[in-house]
Parts: sequence; C-alpha cells; structure tokens
Amino acid sequence: MKRRIKLVDVTLRDGSHAVGHSFTKEQVMRIAGELDRSGVEIIEVTHGDGLGGSSVNYGFSAVSDMDLIEAAAGVIREAKLGALLLPGIGTIRDLEEAYERGVRVLRVATHVTEADVGIQHIQAAKRKGMCAVGFLMMIHMARPEKILEQARIFADAGADYINLADSAGHLVPDEVRERVLILTEHLNIPVGFHAHNNLGLAVANSIAAIEEGAVYIDGSLGGLGAGAGNTQIEVLQAVIQRYGWESGADLGCLLEAEKEVVPVMQRPQVIDPDSLMLGYSGVYSSFLLHAKRASQKFDVDTKDILVELGKRGMVGGQEDMIVDVAYELSKRKGARRSI
Amino acid sequence: MAKIDVAIIGPGNIGSDLMYKVMRSSCLNMKLMTGIVLSEGIKRAAKMGIETSINGIEAVLAQDDIRIVFDATGAKAHLEHAPLLQKAGKIAIDMTPAAVGPYVVPCVNLDALSQEMNFNMVTCGGQATVPIAYAVNRVADSSYTEIVSCISSKSAGPGTRANIDEFTETTAKALETVAGADRGKAVIILNPANPPLLMTNTIYSIVKNPDQERINRSVREMVEEVQKYVPGYRLRTPPIFDGNKVTVIVEVEGAGDFLPKYSGNLDIINAAAVRVAEKLAVERLMKEKGSDAMSAEKEKG
Repeated sequence: MKRRIKLVDVTLRDGSHAVGHSFTKEQVMRIAGELDRSGVEIIEVTHGDGLGGSSVNYGFSAVSDMDLIEAAAGVIREAKLGALLLPGIGTIRDLEEAYERGVRVLRVATHVTEADVGIQHIQAAKRKGMCAVGFLMMIHMARPEKILEQARIFADAGADYINLADSAGHLVPDEVRERVLILTEHLNIPVGFHAHNNLGLAVANSIAAIEEGAVYIDGSLGGLGAGAGNTQIEVLQAVIQRYGWESGADLGCLLEAEKEVVPVMQRPQVIDPDSLMLGYSGVYSSFLLHAKRASQKFDVDTKDILVELGKRGMVGGQEDMIVDVAYELSKRKGARRSI
Repeated sequence: MAKIDVAIIGPGNIGSDLMYKVMRSSCLNMKLMTGIVLSEGIKRAAKMGIETSINGIEAVLAQDDIRIVFDATGAKAHLEHAPLLQKAGKIAIDMTPAAVGPYVVPCVNLDALSQEMNFNMVTCGGQATVPIAYAVNRVADSSYTEIVSCISSKSAGPGTRANIDEFTETTAKALETVAGADRGKAVIILNPANPPLLMTNTIYSIVKNPDQERINRSVREMVEEVQKYVPGYRLRTPPIFDGNKVTVIVEVEGAGDFLPKYSGNLDIINAAAVRVAEKLAVERLMKEKGSDAMSAEKEKG
C-alpha cells in the first residue's frame, strides 16, 4: 500500500529545549526557510514548553515566542506554521496572539490522562479557523483503552487530528503499535506520533506508528530535541523512501536544512547515559538539562535525580520537582556523611 | 461566646467542606445551607441538623441574622448574588472566580480591607503561594515572582478543568496585587499519580535584595502564620538561593474534614475563607454587637 505521510518539524520547538531556549530571529528565519523549501507539512515554532513557557521553571527564552513566530511567518510560503500550547502554562490569550502573528496549526498538549483541560483551547483555536490538534503526552503512562478515551475528548472538542507523544522515549515498537492502532481503528480523524530517541528507537517507533496508520509524524533536523532528541527527520525521510512511501518532502533539501542546525547545537545530540536513563525510567525528556544543572548545584548524581523523579510519577511540566528531589537527595547524602 | 450566623450557598464539594469547617468554629454558627435542587449536599447538611433550603439566595436574604455568606456557586451566579448581598448588608465571601470584591489572602492583606463587604478568595494556588511570595517580597523586593502549583488530578473538579486559564491568570494577578511582586506568573500542573500526591507549590522570586538571613526568617514566620489556619501547610524545601533567585517549596495536606487529605488545594482555600469569616466575626461584627448593646444600655440609663 502506498502510504502518504505528513512530516511535522519540531526543530524550532522541541529543539528549543536542547539549546536552552536561545533561538534568535535569524536562526529561526534560516531554519524555517530551509524547512519550507524541503516540503514538510507543518513547522512548529514555540518555546519547548509551549506558548508562555518562557519562565524560571522552564528557562527564559532569549527571544519571545511571538517574535520568533513572526520571524518564521515571514519566510514560510508552503508549509503551515504551528505552535504548541500546554494548558496550565499557556492561555487562550496567548493562542490568539500567536494566531495574529501567523500561526495556523495549534497543538494543545496535556498529560495523557488530562485531555479535558484542553477542551477550551481546542475550541478557541477552531473559532479562529486554525487546525487544532489534541496532543497527548507521556503515552507510556496509560493503557491503549485509556488513551482512546482521552483522544475522544479532544476529537469531540473539534480536534483535526490526535498526536501521541512518547515524551519519555520509553516505548518499544510493539507498545507504540497498540497505542496507535486503537486510535486509527476507532477514530475518524488522523493520528500522529512524536518520538524521543532515549532508547535509540525514535525512527523504528515512527515506522511502527506509520504501519498502524499514523499520518502525521514529528521529527527534527539532526534530531534536535529534549533528552536524546526526537526522530531525526532527514533519516526518517530516507527510511520512508526506502519503504517506497511518500511524504512530499525532499531528502536533499532536508540535508541542506540540517546544516543550518549544526551551528546552533550546544552539545552533540546523542544518547548519553543520562538520556538513556530518561528513556529507561520513563521520565519526561525535557527534565534532562534541568537535572544536570541541579546535579551540579546539589552535588548529587543526575541519574539518581532522574530515577527518583520517575519513581514519584512526575509528569511533564513538573521541572520544579527536580530541585525538590535534588535537595532531598543531598540531605540524605549529608546525613549519611555525618553518620 | 456568642456566635455570628453564617450561610453557605452552593452545597457542592467546596460548600460541604466549608460547612464542616464552620461547624468547628468557636465564633461562627452554621445557620443555613442553600442550593437550588434537593442535592446530595443539601441532604447531607439536613442530616447533620443544619437548616437547609432549595431557594438559593432568597432563603439567605430572608434571614436578617445571617451576617456572613459563603458563595460556593459559580462566577456567573455570584455576579447576581453580590449586589443583593451588599444591599442586605451581608458580608460576602466569594469562592468563585467572579472577583467582585478585592482578593484576600488572610495572613497578608485582610487587616487592610477593614471596610470591605465582598471578599474574593483568589484561587487555591493563590492561597498557597501568595503568603510566601509576600514574605520574600517584604524583605527582598521581588521584581518577578513565578509559582508552579501541582495538584492531584482527583482533586481538580470540572470547574477548574474547564477554566484552567482562570487559575493562571487570577493567581498571577494576585502575585502582583497582593504579594507585591512587580510581575507575576503562574503555572498549574495536574498529576494523576495514584495514590494521589499532596498539593505542592513552588515559589520562585527574582529579588533585588537577596539577604538570605532575612528571607529565611520572613518565610519561616509566614509559614507559622498560615499554619494557624491550615495545619497541613508545610515548608517542604526551605529557601534555596541562586544569585538573585530564591526558590521555596511548600506542600499542603488537607484537614480531611469532608474532602480527602490529598485535596490540600480545596482545603486551603476553604480554611482561608473560614479564617476571613472568623476574623470579621470577632473584629467587626462582635464589636458592632457590643456597641449596639452599649448604646442600648445608655438609652436605658
């Protein structure tokens, strides 16, 4: 069967985590321009934690979301400009301003069990005539039946497609398959998938999702993203071509675009031991760099912080608990020393 | 001690928990619970021997002795109730986001609102974080305060879920207007872990005078103030300093009156509301009663 896949590029959103939210207008214009030429469907531009994410808790943006969005809008001709919004962080006011600046696809991201907090944002995006996407995060924490129930909440609110995010990069391909399949079987809107490469499975998991009927697949240039990064979009494109499927994107252009990302990278986008532990323990990928910083301040091991966060069942957005955990671990360590 | 009669409009989770708290009060008399249908909450109140009505606000307005009214309905209903209560000379404690009256966080600004007749209780996150934000600001001058409240999914009701923007916007405003930060920002996270986690609140302040000793003392004192009306309010991580950034984490364990203990978010807003009512009862209404009695004495004489 000839499959038609739509690529969603998150270099300028999830990649924002990897560069400490330091994107400049010039970088955004260069990268978004190249991406536009390469034929991806959607280019997402937002702080890693979505609209309004610029904060002490998640890291301040060097340049505001709205300015970066406007910069991207100025160079995009073919692709749709997207933004992410996490209810509880961003608000309807933010999404309306993003619309004014040129955003036409709004992805509303909630924890996999909490879709109802995003109903009003989906509806607000639809009122503006935007493409609205229900984005469920940390899907490894829920069974397929639960995911279907939550996806239906978004679908009923008017979402145009449902995106499943393996935010911790924890799933293996069979676990992706059962989660995507239940949606493609029971929903009458398309399904998408967002991977993290913490266990080295991002491309394989994306392929598994496509085979179960997912249409929209997230990826980023050079894999730039939280934790060990996302599905490397140029690799995904090459694999899609090897399968004989179509995405409408051009591999050569994506490779050109990737060159624009190399200079902005602050560290190699690899699976280091800490990002491996994210994937293995099922911890939200963007905790990585915050945990590394806390590890230095409190003189405790990053791995121990991540494992404890996993044990406590922390969800996306709870970056503040990294300090809480690091503080507690350092106290325990101090107590052991004084014994 | 003589007690002041109070009524609760809206016998849902918040209203029912308020009822238990009022019943424990030494200066408030749980006089009337009203709703608009014969709900579980109304039946529960009746079973506890409380007078009930399904005539909503009308039943409250019919009783002159009721001086304080908790409105635990919704923002829209409170906009209708507020002028009626005002006209009847009753003090309104508004649990909804309507914000007809000023925001009140009892340990911070209640004393400054001595003439008000309508008090808005901000949000659960506001009640948990404004005291700390204020404590830091009063000694260190905060140019920016940001809070992250995490509540268990089970304790986030349909109202909170359908209006999550209201939480972030209202709490941010209270960080500025009540706590005194130049600029405020608020984030709310719902965590579905089972068993449910206690409510945690992180307060980040960017300060102009990072005097560690004064900040530590101010925060410690404030936690003790809040504990006077919310026994389950605890300092989880004492101030952590990082240049001009101060991080404090507090947790709230509910009293378990009507709602489970993990619902610290609902407990703290209710406990704060009852605290407001008690202070007004003792410091304002009892005095009025006292002076009435005195002037009556004089007339007699």
